[in-house]
Order: sequence, then structure tokens, then C-alpha cells
Amino acid sequence: MQVHQQVSEYSDAIDLMVNMGPQHPSTHGVFRLVIWVDGERIVKVEPHIGYLHRGSEKICESEQYSQIVTLFDRLDYVGNLNNELAFCLAVEKLTETVVPERAEYIRVILCELNRIASHMLFYGVYGLDVGATTPMLYGFRERERVQELFESVTGARMMHNYIRIGGVKEDVPDDFDKNVLILLDHLKRGVDECDRLLSQNEMFLARTKGVGIITGEDALDYGVTGPALRASGVIEDVRVTDPYSIYSRFDFGIPVGSNGDCWDRYYVRVEEMRESIKIVEQAISDIPDGDISAKVRRIIRPPVGEVFVRTESPRGDLGVFLVSDGSDKPYRVKVRPPSFANLQALEYMLEDTYIADAVLVLGSIDIIMGEVDR
Amino acid sequence: MPMKESSSISSKREIKAPIVREDLDQAGENLHKILKESISDFPGSEISVSIDMVTVKIDSVQLAKICEFLKYTEKFGFDYLSCITVVDYEKDQEIFEMIYHLISIRLHHKMAIKVPLPSNDPTVPSVLGVWKSADWFEREAHDLFGIKFEGRENLPPLLLYEGFEGYPGRKSYPFHDYGEW
Repeated sequence: MQVHQQVSEYSDAIDLMVNMGPQHPSTHGVFRLVIWVDGERIVKVEPHIGYLHRGSEKICESEQYSQIVTLFDRLDYVGNLNNELAFCLAVEKLTETVVPERAEYIRVILCELNRIASHMLFYGVYGLDVGATTPMLYGFRERERVQELFESVTGARMMHNYIRIGGVKEDVPDDFDKNVLILLDHLKRGVDECDRLLSQNEMFLARTKGVGIITGEDALDYGVTGPALRASGVIEDVRVTDPYSIYSRFDFGIPVGSNGDCWDRYYVRVEEMRESIKIVEQAISDIPDGDISAKVRRIIRPPVGEVFVRTESPRGDLGVFLVSDGSDKPYRVKVRPPSFANLQALEYMLEDTYIADAVLVLGSIDIIMGEVDR
Repeated sequence: MPMKESSSISSKREIKAPIVREDLDQAGENLHKILKESISDFPGSEISVSIDMVTVKIDSVQLAKICEFLKYTEKFGFDYLSCITVVDYEKDQEIFEMIYHLISIRLHHKMAIKVPLPSNDPTVPSVLGVWKSADWFEREAHDLFGIKFEGRENLPPLLLYEGFEGYPGRKSYPFHDYGEW
């Protein structure tokens, strides 16, 4: 019998190059992954991005400040409201605009609901990545409830253009409080149901436990943020460590994992939905009456200067860097997209895993290509 | 590709004086204080505050040294590079400005490093050895602005396709080329 010698040098071992994508069904967007394999084992990966590059940052330079909000909707098209908020916060910081209380509360409620919707999408799609079809139906059912509320408030299911510089577009409908409470009731049961359905499933555990491990230190070095970083045991949430808007008023926890594997990244998001529900509950109980927008000029001309704002989007640390030259258009807008940095760590996570797990690890980072390519 | 001057770029922007507003929180105050003492080791560096961000302006030759210093010194501990931005000031000042936003997750403070580069030869040392997250941000800067990174030659395009000509992030790159139709 011949024993096949284990070859340590990659150059000899590589016998197959597998091309995944662009548009592999489970790659979450137009993304291409080139994988070199030795048998079933991944030797090297090379991610290719840029298929969705629209030059959003450059387009921002030719639009007026109030027109840019719609462009931010289209970056992370699953967490739209969080993106709008990040840009509006940057402009408000530069122009020293004080946002009315009621608008702040509406923003927080909608952003947290958006986080739940985004994580529900992740939950459903991640089930599909593993090979379970049912979670997708439950995840999308819960997400749809949130989308319905968004439609009643903003008039759109996805591209809201609702959060404006200085406040929000218009006041919420009269039955908003009632609808949110009903929604929360549904969501609480929905999250528990989803949790029971997938989290402790034996096959799910076998596929995700101990796969795609990244340590907290390495994750930070790669610039990984958000749920993916917290799954590695680093306690970091911009809402708590560098609070913006009115997040410092609410009482909520930061779910943290311990192993940094796929299951932790998944479960941190499930727990995060529960924390978001807590925030919305507190916000809806003390939402005050009053104005919904500060008095801002129709054409905003911020003073010369630059500002960097960090926010916690569903995917991680979303930063907006704004340079103003005193005119009605920004001189430079730079978005620090969380998915872009998180995706860099894919090479590290996929090292020495099986090719069947590649899609699983990619799914656990929860990337949105609109944000990666901008 | 025909280079055509876009109307929005050709109209000369009048330069206004920047605002001086300091709005540092407690962590920022402390950082500003200890940074002021340590920064004298780096000749030619300037420290300033822009709203809530402590900013250090430094020459490109010293960049790698200061980054290592800021990451590995206990009291700074900048373990996380948030992003790398390039701002094009070619028209007025003939420079590109590299801006590195650093955040310390452990100590909860943040700062920015600014490196002005001459626009005719924008070369800067790579900080990939200090933070791995610099990888794609540097490749993006190379793609869109044509910044060259020492130690990282022959970078393949990241966001653009193979064989793309020009640097579309720059102000001099034609933008809105279409009219009414």
C-alpha cells in the first residue's frame, strides 16, 4: 500500500483551484472567491471585490448635503436607517445642530428595529448557508413585520430617506406607539422561536462549532468590528464605549462570545436582537412630544472643518469622515464600512478549513456588498 | 479616456478659514495632554484639535515609527486602525493628505494622524506591518488616488477592474460628463 506523504510546502500541494462567483448563490452579493485546495482542505483564498463599485464617495462630492442621505441608503441596503443616521450625525456635529428630543427617540427606535430586521435576514440566510431551509421562512416572516412598520412610518420598505439632517422627515403616524408594542410582542416570540429552531440543533452545532475561529486580538488587528468582534470576546460596542445620539440613556447589555467561531458569531446576533428589543421598549415608554426637526437651512453650508463620526451599524463600526470647505457640497466624504474591514479577515478565518465550510464562514461575517464596494 | 474638465471642479472655490472648535471629552483631554509630552520625540510634528479629534500632523518619513510607537506604548495602546482616508488638495495646495484614524478599544480614546504628500510623487510608507487592517484600505487608496506604498509594489486593483486607467477618486478626474438628453 502506498502512503500519500503529507506535503507541507503549498506549492507542491496545490492541485486544484476553485472559483466561486461572481454571484455564487450563497455568497451574499456579487463577490468572487478564488480558493486553492489540497484535497478538501483550503490552502489559500483570494477574495475579489469591486463588482458593485459605484463611486458613492465621489458622487457625494457633487451633491448637496441634504441630497446625500439617499446615497447612504444604498450603501448598506439592509441597515438603511443606521446608515442615514451616521451621515446625519456627522453633518450635525459639524454644524452644531441640536436635534429635538422626539426626533432622537424616533431615530433610536427605528434604528434598533432596523438592527433586528438586519439580524433576522442574517438568521434566515445563515440557515440556508448551513443547509437548513426552514429558518429562512421564519427569519423573513419576522423581518417582514418590521418592514411593514417602516412602510407605515417612512413610506418605503427599504430606501427610506427618512432621517434628515436636524431630525426626521415627518412625525410618526398616530398609531405608531400601539403598532410598535404589538410588533415587539411578535418579535419577542419570534426571536425565541427562531432561537429554539436552529441554535441548539445538533447538526447546526456540528457544522458551526469550532469553525472559522479568530481570536480577539487578531480580529482587532484585522479591523473586525461589530458582532464578529464581540463573538471573539472583545467587549466593544460604539453605542456604549463612544455613545452617540441618546444611547447613553438606555439600559442594555452587550452580548459577547468566547470562542470566536461561526456559532458564536451567529449567537451574538440572536442575543443582540433581544437587547435591541429592550432598547425599543425603553424608548417607546419615554418618547416625549414636541418638534421632530431642528430649524436647519434648506441649503446647508457647514463651516470649514472636518469631522469623524463612529456609529454602531448592524454589521459593526460604521464611520463617516466629512471634510467641508464651507460650500453647499462636501469636499470629501469617506465611509468606513464595517463589512469592508470584516471581509479582510476572511483569509485568516478560512485558513486550514474545509472547502464545504467556506460559504459557512463567509455567511457568518454577514457582509453586504453594497457597503463593501461602495 | 478623454480628460475633460468638469464644470464643478474648474470653478475656483474660495478658501475660507477653518473653524476652531474644541469639544474634547475626558478621554480626549487626557490623550491630548500625554500626547503633547511624547510628541516632541518626533521632530516636525504638530498637534491640534479638530472638534473632538486629537490630530497629529507628521512627515511621511516618520509615519511607520510613530504608528509603532502609538500601538505598542502602554498608555496609548492604539490597537485598532479604523480607516485610511485620502483627501485631494491638489488644486489649492498641491498635496494629498493621508488621514489615519486610530482608536484604542482598550482605553476608549481616538486620534487622527495626518500625512501630507506632494501630489507629484505621493509615496508613503505602508503601515501593514503595524495593523493588518491597513491592507485593503491602502489598496483602495492606491486604486482611487494613485498613492504609492513603500514595500507594496505591484498592487493589484481592488475596487477597479484590471487595466483601468486614471485615478477616479481625484478631483482632476472627469466626473459628470453627460448633459441633458
